[in-house]
Amino acid sequence: MMYFSRMKTTIILAVCLLGVLLGVPNLFPAPASWVPWRTVHLGLDLRGGSYLLLEVDMKAVIKERLDSLMDGVRQDLRNAQIFYQSLDAQPDQNRIVLRLRDAAKTEDAVAALRPLISPDPNTGQPDMSLGSNPDGTITLTLSPTALSRRASGAVEQSIEIIRRRIDETGVVDPQITRQGESRIVVQLPGVGDPDRIKQLIGKTAHMTFRLVDETANPNGGGVPPPGDDYLVLQDRPGEKIAVRKRIDVDGADLTDARAGTSPETGDWVVNFTFNSVGARRFADVSRANVNHRFAIVLDDKVISAPVIREAITGGRGQISGNFTPDSANDLAVLLRAGALPAPLTVVEQRSVGPELGAASIRAGAISLAAGFVFVIAFMGIFYGLFGWFANLALVVNLFLVLGIMSLLQATLTLPGMAGILLTLGMAVDANVLINERIREEQKLGRPPLQALEHGFTRAYSTIFDSNATAFLAHVMLFVFGSGPVRGFAVTITVGIATSLFTAWMLTRLLVSRWYVANRPKLLPV
Amino acid sequence: MFIKPRFRLVPDGTRIKFMRGRYLGLITSAILSTASVILFFYPGLNLGIDFSGGVVMEVRTDGPADFAQIHAALAAAHVPDQGLQRFGDASEVLIRLGAQPTEAATQAAVAQVRDALEKGVPGTRIERTDAVGASVSAELFRNGLLALGISLLMILVYIWFRFEWQFAVGAVVTLVLDITKAIGFLALTRIEFDLVMVAAILTILGYSTNDKVVVYDRVRENLRKYKSMPLRELIDLSINETLNRTLGTSMTVFLASLPLALFGGESISGFAWVMLFGIVVGTSSSIFIAAPILLFLGEHRLRRDAAAPVPAKAPPAKATTAPRT
Repeated sequence: MMYFSRMKTTIILAVCLLGVLLGVPNLFPAPASWVPWRTVHLGLDLRGGSYLLLEVDMKAVIKERLDSLMDGVRQDLRNAQIFYQSLDAQPDQNRIVLRLRDAAKTEDAVAALRPLISPDPNTGQPDMSLGSNPDGTITLTLSPTALSRRASGAVEQSIEIIRRRIDETGVVDPQITRQGESRIVVQLPGVGDPDRIKQLIGKTAHMTFRLVDETANPNGGGVPPPGDDYLVLQDRPGEKIAVRKRIDVDGADLTDARAGTSPETGDWVVNFTFNSVGARRFADVSRANVNHRFAIVLDDKVISAPVIREAITGGRGQISGNFTPDSANDLAVLLRAGALPAPLTVVEQRSVGPELGAASIRAGAISLAAGFVFVIAFMGIFYGLFGWFANLALVVNLFLVLGIMSLLQATLTLPGMAGILLTLGMAVDANVLINERIREEQKLGRPPLQALEHGFTRAYSTIFDSNATAFLAHVMLFVFGSGPVRGFAVTITVGIATSLFTAWMLTRLLVSRWYVANRPKLLPV
Repeated sequence: MFIKPRFRLVPDGTRIKFMRGRYLGLITSAILSTASVILFFYPGLNLGIDFSGGVVMEVRTDGPADFAQIHAALAAAHVPDQGLQRFGDASEVLIRLGAQPTEAATQAAVAQVRDALEKGVPGTRIERTDAVGASVSAELFRNGLLALGISLLMILVYIWFRFEWQFAVGAVVTLVLDITKAIGFLALTRIEFDLVMVAAILTILGYSTNDKVVVYDRVRENLRKYKSMPLRELIDLSINETLNRTLGTSMTVFLASLPLALFGGESISGFAWVMLFGIVVGTSSSIFIAAPILLFLGEHRLRRDAAAPVPAKAPPAKATTAPRT
């Protein structure tokens, strides 16, 4: 037990050296840019920044799918000359239900609707099921796998669009990742006040160009005529405008959008360019509707509804609508980045300003230093030489924790700093157990070498058992915890692992070397 | 100083009859834990926003904070604040808003406070914003409880596996008593119960087990060494023998946590105080609770197990296996 082969000694010392080398970059700035200088990542609570947890509105995703399905049903039935009494979406059951006027045509209707079903690209399973009743009721139910694939696609697409939007704001190094089924985590280092970003993320930015129904009377109350929507004006929320449901040109066909000022009025406007499809449609619609009003709708609000003066054929256009420089710019950013597939809501926000972060680092560092001194003094006073061996191992342990965390690129949070401190306290516990055991064995009358042997061997199972349970508890904390608390769990689990190594290997090596060099008659424990 | 130890926490060879105070220990613990359970229901825990949902904003004003001015500004904007609180130095204020009905309302409240302060209290800086929606807070709470529950279960299984079932039950009952007291402490001190506190309680759990294992390990060893010693004496002996270890390991963690409570800053000092409390409770419970429970559970069985691997009246299957060597 107290014998170390040259090989083993080398390995232990090499691990310690490696740990120190990996830990050192955290203490000093990089001497030169070519030196690999990996440090622990500081959590947002320490460096300042914002954490936003976003939830993708899956109901909207389903509803949109059902809406487009209903469009398909309408069209197919119209082509097949089959008439229906009612056609309803039931988003809660992921289906649409329609009732035919003539129950005898059920078979024909099912045959007409069958082409709407398409196979899943991965499994080949149909993406919906078509059911019919002899009384003329037909249901189309989306399959759960197809829905979850769509939902997953919506989240991925949202991440991409959020990234584009945030990139426009100049935030350095934003991290946008998926979490679970329908959530997205956005981390913004250095952004203490994420208000502008929340505004950018919070808009679906689905822009459509639709004709205004000039015959309807939207402000007289009542329900809109079929085929129309009553939408509010962005600038005058009290006023409504009747807009055709039919989308003439979609914002997805935009290739560019820039904020600028109008040469005539000097007002802020957004200039946009369509792709070829959009340009052609825009030209067609504008040509056919000269002197009619055309609404530019963003997220179910009408930004403006100008009268078409002449056919617009160049594929370029301009939106004006009482913009400020900022709002024009934001709209341009949103249009360039594209529309989100579904609305997003911020369900959790944690923002810390840089000042507070720096204060936390300071407080953490002071506590760490004080705790370190306390523990070292305690071990030195109560265990003498063997305590100092433990203290040396403790220093190495600290470097190992930092080194491993740098290597893993783990995140150090404020609770994580508390975790390091606790690790310091717990790491020497193993040495307390070993030293007490050696002392006991010596009291029993064993000669020094034997006392050392027994001390280390017998303390081992206690050390292992007591650390194993603590280790398990913190792994659970990592699994179930979130945010800074996970940082705590990481430092503690890493700390427990490294302290087992330093207490068990390094102090034993130190003690054995010391014993060989001195051959004392009595151990100073 | 560098060679010989200067002091001992406890002199060697103590013969304190701890088991004599076993009823006193258990009764005291039971009373404290019952009181804690009562405190848990009334006045209840001061739930932090991790678990209650809502908004907490830490703001810094130019010069000492004028509470009346901030109140007025918030009232003018119709922000339903639940209270302002001094936080840290005189220019720092904590603004708290209760849980909002929807996620959107939570975010709207953040924006309202921001605008109200910008207009009503110029020069204010928002240093920290935490806004947690209802769905997230419910999830965090559930996960926190899961982490605690599963950890307890794992500790139970682990000790069962490594020791005997009596040890496992003794440890887990003691841990549950420890946790209830920590929760009572939280309810009494009004320290906010949030995710960090779950971390603190889990750490206490791990740490306290640590302490119990030290004593139990010695009991296990002595059971093999002294075949005929009555369990009561044997447990007393074991506690006395390990007293320096129990106190020594507690001291180190205590000393490490102390600076955190003193200098760690507002957001982490609560954590540290709970840790300190937990260390004291955990250490004393190793001696006064975990050991007596072992005595009650194991009075006849442990000894018989050690002597004869298969007793006639079979206790639960696990207990009949011979101790590991």
